[in-house]
Amino acid sequence: MSATKTQSNDTNTAKIACSDVHVFYADKEAIKGVDLNIKEKQVTALIGPSGCGKSTFLRCINRMNDTIDICRVTGNIQLDGQDIYAPEVNVVDLRADVGMVFQKPNPFPKSIFENVAYGPRIHGLASSKADMANIVEQSLIRAGLWEEVKDRLDQPGTGLSGGQQQRLCIARAIAVSPSVILMDEPCSALDPIATSIVEELIDELRQNYTIVIVTHSMQQAARVSQETAFFHLGEIVETGATEEIFTNPKDPRTESYITGRIG
Amino acid sequence: MTDMSNTPEGAARKKRTAKRYAAEKRFEYIGLAAVLSAALFLVILLWTIVGNALPALTYNYVKIPIDLTTEKLTAENAGSFDYRKIVRNGIYEAVPGVKGRKDRKKLRGLVSSGAAVELRSEVSENPQWIGTKQDIYLPLSDTADLYLKNLMGDITRPEAERKFSDIEIKWTDQLKEQGKIESRFNSIFFTHGASREPEMAGIWGAVVGSFLTLLVTLVLSVPVGVGAAIYLEEFAPKNKLTGFIEININNLAAVPSIVFGLLGLGFFLNGVYLGWFTLGGGFPRSAAITGGIVLALMTLPTVIIASRAAIKSVPPSIREAALGIGASKVQATFHHVLPLAMPGILTGTIIGMAGALGETAPLLLIGMVAFIVDIPGGFTEPATVLPVQIFMWADFPEIGFQQKTAAAILILLCFLIAMNAIAVWLRNKFERRW
Repeated sequence: MSATKTQSNDTNTAKIACSDVHVFYADKEAIKGVDLNIKEKQVTALIGPSGCGKSTFLRCINRMNDTIDICRVTGNIQLDGQDIYAPEVNVVDLRADVGMVFQKPNPFPKSIFENVAYGPRIHGLASSKADMANIVEQSLIRAGLWEEVKDRLDQPGTGLSGGQQQRLCIARAIAVSPSVILMDEPCSALDPIATSIVEELIDELRQNYTIVIVTHSMQQAARVSQETAFFHLGEIVETGATEEIFTNPKDPRTESYITGRIG
Repeated sequence: MTDMSNTPEGAARKKRTAKRYAAEKRFEYIGLAAVLSAALFLVILLWTIVGNALPALTYNYVKIPIDLTTEKLTAENAGSFDYRKIVRNGIYEAVPGVKGRKDRKKLRGLVSSGAAVELRSEVSENPQWIGTKQDIYLPLSDTADLYLKNLMGDITRPEAERKFSDIEIKWTDQLKEQGKIESRFNSIFFTHGASREPEMAGIWGAVVGSFLTLLVTLVLSVPVGVGAAIYLEEFAPKNKLTGFIEININNLAAVPSIVFGLLGLGFFLNGVYLGWFTLGGGFPRSAAITGGIVLALMTLPTVIIASRAAIKSVPPSIREAALGIGASKVQATFHHVLPLAMPGILTGTIIGMAGALGETAPLLLIGMVAFIVDIPGGFTEPATVLPVQIFMWADFPEIGFQQKTAAAILILLCFLIAMNAIAVWLRNKFERRW
């Protein structure tokens, strides 16, 4: 293990505790033993150059890697003290608790209402039609989209602009009331204005959710996150408070990346 | 930028550009020529088929006095009575003064041999006619009909070379002048089953047979084919076994259809004797159910391949979106992937069905080529299908069957166009943007 721990997180307060996580694509080792504690109701940014494994690691937390045939995960990831790779864990329930927002906005080709209502419906969260309408409204309000779409809930979600689509995807994720939201470069397909709206939203969501965000934008990590983990070649080089990492990096590789010499 | 056109390099470049544009134009014209020639052949094809088929849509009927006063005919036996003699006397009365056995036989032949059957069904429907005399229109013989439609060829040929003699021409002209011959819509063609007599032969038996057979094919091949495609695309592990299955499905799509006919004959009709019991066998010969199963086996690879392509073309982001909010794999597949793949699946299904509709070879082997007069009333009854009917009629020597063949082809084409129209409609209904 060459990862230099600059700050030892207290495992007891960690929402998600990962230790010695390895991910293999067939024979290729993409993640080489990662230890990371993610704090509750904080935004943790995973940064690093392309192909360093940050997205792969993110997808371990809600077991999205299970859908890739050749992908194999070893190690221990605990969510609220429960090993999520334990055989008794139902992956469907896990993904309801750990929501995900993807790089490219991917609303269902259905109405805006249906997009948000789908999750609660399959999990049986709404007891009546009015209840469902309420869940949809609350989710859209939290995602900051309600005012823009309240008059056209029956129109296709794919008809919205890119930034609106991404916020619709966030609304869809929070409709099933998760405790963690994973975001995989949520702004990389958006223009600067839409990006700033989504970033503000992320900051608000922090009050209720634990957020892990993968980003290749250093500025974004600096703006939205409290904690940062720097990935390089499948390993965590440095973790710590965002301010600390950006102003006073301990590892020379972190410094090189932040100042733009590698990546 | 400096003007290069006067330098040697500039001239060479100009030449290359001109050559490139010329090549582009050439390609455009070749493409246009290909499309136009294809369109021309299509027009010629349709022209000949429609031209040949149109005469089959009408038929000439002759009005003859029918005497239903005989005591032997009652309301009870109206449906089984032999009307041949009544028809015979009617035509003698309509063309009076014909003496001699030979001439009278010829005169009788002017009316269709199926006229008695037609009369029987008319009298059964109108029992109040029994005991009265009626003027009834009955179908002429096929030769007389062809003569009236000018389809007998050269009438000025020596009598011995014609199927329609001088005296028959005289009688027919005479009846025509008296206004006793009427050209009517050929309802016999659209309501009857097969017959050896061209004028009594109809397409309805084959239409019903095709419909029943295709229904069996559809019900079997779509659920199995789409199910197999979903399993292979979404659930099956990618290993050597599934790879082997995939290769086999692709190969099956290229197997000649007659081989499927042999399979039907060997397995469904005869069965495979395994020493102590027979596997398969016992399916009814010439029946829509057996034909449908064989065609379903033949269509399956097409449906599977098209459905897999359609499922594969659904963006993976949709699957991830569904899985990401905790949908199970089955939910993600049936709620999101399948609806988006539906247009492609439907197109593949219709292509498979259209292939099955036009298929002849495998059905010949399981006996659907049999000469079946009755309209099939169910899946297990002997039936034939449109392309087999066309094949059989094309083989018959009577000139009257030529128009029937063309008309049957036209109906087969209408069937195909209707199926395609349904496919387009369904596709537009299911098509959604994302």
